[in-house]
This record gives sequence, structure tokens and C-alpha cells, in this order.
Amino acid sequence: MHNLNSALPPSLAKGPVAMNMNSMGEADVFGDEPKISARGVNFYYGSKRALNNISIDFSPRRVTAIIGPSGCGKSTFIRLLNRMNELVPGSRLEGEILLDGLDILSQACDAAELRKRVGMVFQKPNPFPKTVFENVAYGLEVNGFTDKHLIEEKVIDSLKKAALWDEIKDRLNDSALGLSGGQQQRLCIARCLAVSPEVILFDEPCASLDPISTAKIEELILTLKKEYTIVIVTHNMQQAARVSDRTAFFLMGDLIEEGRTDMIFKAPRDKRTEDYITGRFG
Amino acid sequence: MKRRDIVQKLGFSALFACMAANVLFLGGIIFFIAARGLGSINWAFLTQAPRDSMTAGGVAPAIVGTFYLTLGAIIFALPLGVACAIYLTEYSPKGWIVNVLRISINNLAGVPSVVFGLFGLTVFVKYMGFGISIVSGSLTLGILALPVIISASQEALVAVPQSIREASLALGASQWETIRKVVLPAALPGILTGVILSVGRVAGETAPILFTAAAFYVRGYPDSPFSEVMALPYHIYALMTEGTHPEEQTAIAYGSSLLLLGLVLSVSMLAIYIRARQRKTYNA
Repeated sequence: MHNLNSALPPSLAKGPVAMNMNSMGEADVFGDEPKISARGVNFYYGSKRALNNISIDFSPRRVTAIIGPSGCGKSTFIRLLNRMNELVPGSRLEGEILLDGLDILSQACDAAELRKRVGMVFQKPNPFPKTVFENVAYGLEVNGFTDKHLIEEKVIDSLKKAALWDEIKDRLNDSALGLSGGQQQRLCIARCLAVSPEVILFDEPCASLDPISTAKIEELILTLKKEYTIVIVTHNMQQAARVSDRTAFFLMGDLIEEGRTDMIFKAPRDKRTEDYITGRFG
Repeated sequence: MKRRDIVQKLGFSALFACMAANVLFLGGIIFFIAARGLGSINWAFLTQAPRDSMTAGGVAPAIVGTFYLTLGAIIFALPLGVACAIYLTEYSPKGWIVNVLRISINNLAGVPSVVFGLFGLTVFVKYMGFGISIVSGSLTLGILALPVIISASQEALVAVPQSIREASLALGASQWETIRKVVLPAALPGILTGVILSVGRVAGETAPILFTAAAFYVRGYPDSPFSEVMALPYHIYALMTEGTHPEEQTAIAYGSSLLLLGLVLSVSMLAIYIRARQRKTYNA
């Protein structure tokens, strides 16, 4: 196991890493170098501070769930990881976010390049008003793919990976807006997979879906984690418990607690986490 | 019946009366123009040039002239207007300069059309030396169409959901790729609606072409963009003010009016149809 402690700033040393070993004496981190680490991140909308000194690591090929009540900063945080919040006028970010050890906030890192590596699935399904095929091919086209056969192959492959192929293989040239909500969301996942990202960010992906569509997406997330690093924001604690390996609890812009999902739900260390997961507030 | 029910009935009746008055005006215009103009319209009227000191024959050169002027105006105003709308909605930093720009564009829509005509005369006809020609008239009409095209395009662009812009950016597309491949195609029906509405407006304008393009009578059809042309609205104006044989010419003027009205109304219907189709695509 790597000794992470020595490499980390003091702010993090009293965070999750200090609790490397849980009560059962087993390692609490997964032993790989973190895929993404945020160090001392502060984020401001104008003069309003939305995130306070967040430090957290995301392990490769694991699902990390971010939970917390509305307005706790969980969506704000996940949108920093692919620099989507840059688009908000008057916003400001302090701290470091490293992807494979490289600072994604530095001048050297191009936002478009970053977003190819760190894909995102949004709260409401947002397919383009184009055909199913064009939706998935879009990311390939803007990333310089011109070979029609290769594009077709990748589109089919992505639709299969997103568990959508069997349902829509005869409707590739129909408008994506004619699909059901759940199908649209899986189409958005396929669209994201097509550009071969390394990390996939899910921002409350099931918020507008029915239970059956939600179950399909959750199943899909569990399959995808074999290949991708996944971060999922959810307001649904059962969902976090079902799909994630690790869980982080945010409250009013602070990261209260982060650890193995079973530990967070069975034996939270912080009183506020316990109150939230037992439904005393939120 | 309770008092408030009576008040409600009266209120609705008043609203209905106002609506009916509107329909009545439109119906009245169409009815009177049709009643006086329908008699002159026949195949020869649509395909022949005027004859016998404008007392007989058709208005074909005026139809052709109006077509060229309108086409020229749209070719000039469409790219300029759409580019301006893209800058204002997608790129421009929010601030007072942009607000001033927006207000200026809205004010442009309020400038009387005869003022555009004088502007065209000074700048295009005289200063740039295009003379009284299709080019000068088209440019003048184009400026007149700009505010309509800009505001329709802005509305269409703003109506494209932010979520699909984000989807495109999140896939690694640049802002320009996002605009060109996602936002513009989605906004296209709305932009087209604006274009078609401005076609209706441009085709019917008289004052801007008065000093810049139109002639009372031109032998044959225009052979270059720098030719003077006849145009339907000016033809009507000229027949009614400068005609020497009022009896025959008034009938021709009404026939031309009916033709112009029909053209403009069918163009507007097309705009309504396209907009309805667009709504359907978004709600599918």
C-alpha cells in the first residue's frame, strides 16, 4: 500500500487518510494511486462561498457517491472536476484538482481535452435534437474522427455498453427526443462512453427517472466501474448504498465525512452524517 | 345570476368584441381589395409587361423586380443578422455596452422606412455609386430587415436549452463547434421564421425603394444587379399618384395590391407553419 500520508498537505492528513484503518483493521483506501484528487478546494459564486476547503481522493475503477441535502455543494463540486463551472460568470476557484497527478486547473490543461477524459452525465437527460445515431457520433466527430466505418463501429459499441442497443437498434435514425426518459439518459451515457473517457461524472442521473429506469442505470453503473472511475452525485441515500464503494457526505459546502460506503451507512463517525442518513434532516 | 358572474360575462364579451374588431379589419381589407382587384387578375396580368401607357397588360416586370429586391435584401441581411445575434447571445460579455447595442438594434426597427430610403440614396446610390439599382434597393431593404432578423434569431438562440450546450461542451467540443453543430441547427426553424416575416415586410415596403431602386416603367426585364427595376408596391403608388388614365389604372393598382397582399400573407402563413413544426420537434 502506498504511503499517501507523506505526500498530502496537512489539511488532508486529518481527513480521510488519518482514518486509513477502520475498526476491522482492514485498509480503508483501495491501494491504487487516486485517479482524481482535490486538495484544499474553495469555490465562490461571486462573493458567496459554496465550497470550503474540500480535499478528497477518487480511486480508479471505483464508484464514489457524493450525498448531502440540497444546496450542500455536491453538484457544484462534481462540476469542478470537468471544469463545467468555469462557464458560470463571476465564479472563482482556489486549490488544486489533480487528474493522474496533473493539475487540471493550470494554464497547460485545455478544458476541451480534459472533458474528453472526464465525461459527464447530467441530471436531466439532455440528448441533442438529432437522431439517436448522430447523438452518439457527435462526440467522435468533434474529436476528429472522420472514418465513417470506425464511427459506426464505436457508436454501436457505445450503445451496447450503455445497455441500449437491443431496445433501439431499429431506431438509430429516429429523433432521440422520441425515446423515453430512461432511454434518453442511457443514450447520454452512450454518448459519453463514445469518446472513451477515463472518468465519468454522474450528476443525479436518476433524478427525473422512474424506478425501473433508475434500476437499469444503477445496474449499468456497476458494470461500467470495471473500466471507469465513477463519481456520482445523488440525493438518494439508498442509491448511494446500492452503487457506490465509497461515500462522501457534504453539508453546507463542507466535506463532513468520506469513507467506505458500508462504514458510512453502518457506523458514521460524525453526528451530522448519522443524523442525515437516518433521516433526521435533509 | 350572481353579480360577479355578470361582471365576468361582460368582461369576456368585451374581450371577444376587441378580437372580433381585429378580424373584421383584416377581413375588410382583404374583402375590399379582393372585390376591386380580383377582376384584373388573370394569366396575362401575371405574365405580361404593361402596355398602352400602363393602361393595359400585366405587372410581370414588377413581380420580377420585387422578387430580386427581396432576394437581394435577404442575401445581405441574413448572414449579417444571424452573425450579430450569435455574437450578442453566445459571446458578448454581459454589460452596459451590450445593452446599448441591444437598444440600438431595437431602435433601428423604429426608424421610419422613408428615412432608410434617404439613407440609401445618400450612401448606396450616390456615395458608393451603385446608382438607382437593384443593389442599392436591396441593401436599403436589407438594413430595414436587419432588426427583425436579429431579434428573431436572438429569440431562437436563447430558446435553445442551456442543457444541450453543456452536453456538447462536456464531450470536449469547443464553444464554436457547439454553436455551429448543436445550437444553430436547433435554432434554425426560429431563425427561418424571422427571415420569412422580414421577407413579408421587405416585399411590401415602398419608401426605401422610392429613391434607390424603383422606376415607374422599365422596358423589359432587369439584366444586371445595377439595373433600375419595377416593383409591386411602387407600381401601386405610381399608378395612383402619377397615372394619366385613372380609370384603367386604378383597376390595375387594385389588382396589384391584391397580388402583393396575397404574396405577403402566404409568406406569413409559411412562417407560422414552420414555427408550428418547430414546436412539435421540441415537445416530441
